[in-house]
Amino acid sequence: MPLPLFPPTDDPGPDFVSLLRRTGPPPVVGRGESVVDVRHGTTVAALRFSDGIVMAGDRRATEGHAIAHRAMEKVFPADRYSAVAIAGAAGFAVEMVRLFQVQLEHYEKVEGVTLSLEGKANQLAQMVRQHLPLAMQGLVVIPLFAGYDLRRGIGRIFTYDVTGGHYEEADFQATGSGGRDARTTIKLGYREGLPRDEAVELAVRALYEAADEDAATGGPDLVRGIYPVVAVVTADGYAQLEEEDVAARFAAIIDRLRNERGVSGSAGGEPG
Amino acid sequence: MTMPFYVAPEQVMKDRAEYAQKGIARGRSLVATIYADGVLIVADNPSRSLHKISEIYDRIAFAGVGKYNEYDQLRVAGVRHADTKGFAFSREDVDARSLANLYAQFLGNVFTHEMKPLEVEILVAELGADGRPDELYHVAYEGTITDEDGFAVLGGDAETIAERVARDWRPDRDLATALGDTVGALAGPDRTLGAGDLEVAVLSRRNGRRAFQRIGDDRLAGLLREAAAGGPRSGAGAGRASGPEAGDEAAESEVGAGEPPGG
Repeated sequence: MPLPLFPPTDDPGPDFVSLLRRTGPPPVVGRGESVVDVRHGTTVAALRFSDGIVMAGDRRATEGHAIAHRAMEKVFPADRYSAVAIAGAAGFAVEMVRLFQVQLEHYEKVEGVTLSLEGKANQLAQMVRQHLPLAMQGLVVIPLFAGYDLRRGIGRIFTYDVTGGHYEEADFQATGSGGRDARTTIKLGYREGLPRDEAVELAVRALYEAADEDAATGGPDLVRGIYPVVAVVTADGYAQLEEEDVAARFAAIIDRLRNERGVSGSAGGEPG
Repeated sequence: MTMPFYVAPEQVMKDRAEYAQKGIARGRSLVATIYADGVLIVADNPSRSLHKISEIYDRIAFAGVGKYNEYDQLRVAGVRHADTKGFAFSREDVDARSLANLYAQFLGNVFTHEMKPLEVEILVAELGADGRPDELYHVAYEGTITDEDGFAVLGGDAETIAERVARDWRPDRDLATALGDTVGALAGPDRTLGAGDLEVAVLSRRNGRRAFQRIGDDRLAGLLREAAAGGPRSGAGAGRASGPEAGDEAAESEVGAGEPPGG
């Protein structure tokens, strides 16, 4: 690998993506007909609370109707003060996150300052937009971006569509195949200025309900001890919750539901 | 018709070396030294925005003396090289040695082929991992690369400063002691350097994935006071490992979860 030096008039600046275009491997370009049954990641959700945001994602990846991976992670730190979660074609999605992480760090190192949260959200939008040709073939990647805005002192959530359009959400959002169920759950339990603990509880509950309704969303896997990933971003930065903590919260939900609904579970299961 | 002048190659090289040395000697110096938790880099630099010391990658730092625009260009190239390499392969595959070699090649090439040599001296430091020792690569203006042992001094007056650094040098000093000794060596007997005159950064093993951390003014002043109270060579540092490395701007170490998903 050569030393990447450029004349001042032709310098890629702090943009890692345009640097990569000139020095790295060529990007994947969509062509031909749609591809079937690639690995897909499913439900992710984010909500705002009093000190920042909570983000959560299940662990299941599917290929068509089969479970492709049981312990895939979909929630990542984008940098110290932001998190990104992904739903959609897993291979591209994970690569997009990797590129996004490097992009933010690269900017910070070259420029000596970090991007604003808005700037980070814009960067991600450009990456989603560049992916559009592949999305047209069915390889859709939809990220969810949230972080703590150090300049304003609040948590903020951004959602995306396939064309790279990005929209700031007021309070919460969920995306992926079980996104609708997760969103409804959060909507019912949400109020302004939730304390951290209740917000985490609500995110966990949202994933539980999504897994309950959507075949492609994985719930808590008690046998293997695999639990959804829950992360919190506040003024103290990104922190992922301990697995035991998440496990205990799921156990509490399951206990409560058992007591409320009786052992046989939900709708239609009434014994004779 | 006039014939072009003949100048002996020895003379050309000598002139260029002299030119570069003069440029470097005009600038202020910089010392990098190994301490208990990693690598400490101290620069005589009153500016808070034009840095001599910077982060290249997770465990790699860069420092330069001489002409700012020239070493800054090299710094950015280093960040680009490291990020591209880490992205194409893995974060573990990025190392200081190969980067220092590239710098050496480039500086050597400019020195022999261009009109004007670069008036810079640079340092590439890497924090050791998995039992490998910390490394300090010193690259001079003409491309000479040295693997320094324990500490490195860059800039004008390097020899005198190096003598002073060597007097107190031990590998197991805590941060405050190492800082106190190094600042003393950098200043010399006739000057005192305060927090406002210094740019200080560390590559610390306590910082998680991104080991690089600038030491801000307040913390720097605190450490200097601590060093002064402990006496410059008060041995042992009383066993106390100089406060938590956290609490400073870039210290949110356990972003460690920040491993790239692919790896």
